[in-house]
Amino acid sequence: MDFQIFFFLLEDGIANGAIYALLAVTMVLVFTTTRILFVAQGEFVTFSALTFASLQIGLVPQIIWLLGLLAVIAAAIEIYRAVSDKDFKSIPGTVGLYLVAPFAVIALTIWIAPLGAPMLVQAAVSVAIVTLLGPLVYRIAFQPVSSGSVRLLFVIAIALHFVFQGFGLLFFGAEGFRVDPMIDASFEVGSLIIKAQAILIVGTLALFTALLYVFFGYTIPGKALRATAVNRVGARIVGIKPDLAGKLAFLLTAFIGGVSGVLIVSSTTIYYDSGLLIGLKSVLGAISGGMVSYPAAIIGSIGVGILEGFGAFWASAFTEAIVFSAFIPVLLWLSLRSTPNEEGHEL
Amino acid sequence: MIALEAKDLKVGYGKADVLDGVNVKVDEGAIVSLVGPNGAGKTTLLLALTGLLPARGTVSYFGEPMANVSVEDRVARGLCLVPERRELFGDLSVSDNLELGGFSRWMRGERQLRESLEEVFERFPRLRERQDKDASTLSGGERQMLALGRALMAAPRLLLLDEPSLGLAPLIVREIFHIISRLRDNGVSLLVVEQNARAALEVSDYAYVLENGRVSMEGAASDLIDNPRVIDTYLGRRQAY
Ligand SMILES: Nc1ncnc2c1ncn2[C@@H]1O[C@H](COP(=O)(O)OP(=O)(O)OP(=O)(O)O)[C@@H](O)[C@H]1O
Ligand SMILES: [Mg+2]
Repeated sequence: MDFQIFFFLLEDGIANGAIYALLAVTMVLVFTTTRILFVAQGEFVTFSALTFASLQIGLVPQIIWLLGLLAVIAAAIEIYRAVSDKDFKSIPGTVGLYLVAPFAVIALTIWIAPLGAPMLVQAAVSVAIVTLLGPLVYRIAFQPVSSGSVRLLFVIAIALHFVFQGFGLLFFGAEGFRVDPMIDASFEVGSLIIKAQAILIVGTLALFTALLYVFFGYTIPGKALRATAVNRVGARIVGIKPDLAGKLAFLLTAFIGGVSGVLIVSSTTIYYDSGLLIGLKSVLGAISGGMVSYPAAIIGSIGVGILEGFGAFWASAFTEAIVFSAFIPVLLWLSLRSTPNEEGHEL
Repeated sequence: MIALEAKDLKVGYGKADVLDGVNVKVDEGAIVSLVGPNGAGKTTLLLALTGLLPARGTVSYFGEPMANVSVEDRVARGLCLVPERRELFGDLSVSDNLELGGFSRWMRGERQLRESLEEVFERFPRLRERQDKDASTLSGGERQMLALGRALMAAPRLLLLDEPSLGLAPLIVREIFHIISRLRDNGVSLLVVEQNARAALEVSDYAYVLENGRVSMEGAASDLIDNPRVIDTYLGRRQAY
């Protein structure tokens, strides 16, 4: 292998790894604040990717009906709760929160789909649809059992993965989609070629890392999420509702998943069922940080991406096998090193 | 006005009830102390009053029933707990812990938490010195101060304190009780669980003795401090204070 090929693979690997890193960061965020190992995160990515691709060919993405349905269900649950608690004052706010934003985005989508809007607008709409799905999914699927065991929450996440994948097939069909790179350019540095799309992806990772750093370090909602992650009882006695923290975590996660989706679909063909592998690879990244460390999750994920790039070159049929088996020693080491939780209770 | 009234409170962790029909009342602006042997159910009572443990019976706070009010909404109304285990945010700095103490006020749109933070730092200069350190690096006494300071950031109307002097040096214990009586002078009502019964009774207006999940004695703190049975059981050995 000459240096040019090596660099080409490395660049591709880092770009893919940067996507896994973005997702791994959200895995850690969701897991620490809600104890949910959210494997269905990959579906947020494919939903956004396929929505973006549909908009590019002028189709109304059918996923808006899922958004509408979830919004109505969530609003109905909240209204039912308000009526049974005789808490009528909260109803207008609830309706506003759960219905106005989703239906505004649905209307916007139907309006812009046939217009051939600028690519950035289409990307923004795709991300908006997926972002709104996040808190709705938390409200409907997880909030009712939010104090359940890690195992129960995980089972629900797996079930959601299959449900979403079914919806993906229904809405987008079995065909794969790929779109043109957002910036179709490349630079030559000596004999090496650097693709602008790769810079865009790595730049996005850098930007989000910086934004999340500011969010968690310097804003009250960010600190409240960290507080919920380190001590749930402590968070409750200062008035941080775990369910509010959960919805916020899911909002962020879906947003980052949505952004990753529009980025990834211009370098890889995405199918309705691509989410599983994307999700699992980011879980690998997240696990290398023990599900708690953001920097380790980012480094681990870039490792996954690079391994995947080289694996595909040497033995393309075995790419996934190579990636996942390479992590067995990491998992072993982590499990040997980890001591049971001090208090003896489940995380 | 009655700040807090609990009637016929029954709480259990599964099988048998740990609290077996407890009645307690805290008048507005009063310090009420709750003493009793280990395992009597004092912590359990405070957790139930905060809503962290489900309870049968009724709890009312400034006349309002609390049955359907969540822990977080009780905090937002000023019913705040300093728990026995402190429950600090270990990975967050001292000033972040304090800032989050004002979370429910922030949610209501109050943005002048800086002033409250300044007040807490004036009360506990030690916390100002350590404001950038992680809470997990604090000493026992500093943790206590941080837990109390964090609760004060919520602008409480009624504070439930679980063993505020636990493990503290005598000088700091005196300081803590001094702060407790100053809070009362500022209009905060307090329910204080204490092992250090003498120190607690000396600043209290009223007191309950909890034994085996029941109130076995109650009365004005000045009466209980002279009661022979209380002296024998809880005050006998002159405690460091
Ligand atoms: N999480 C729990 N699960 C089961 N039983 C518990 C639990 N917490 C407390 N208990 C039991 O409830 C009883 C009362 O405990 P509680 O902590 O309320 O006592 P306490 O009066 O605060 O004691 P101390 O002075 O030691 O703090 C004890 O018998 C204890 O064993
Ligand atoms: Mg106790």
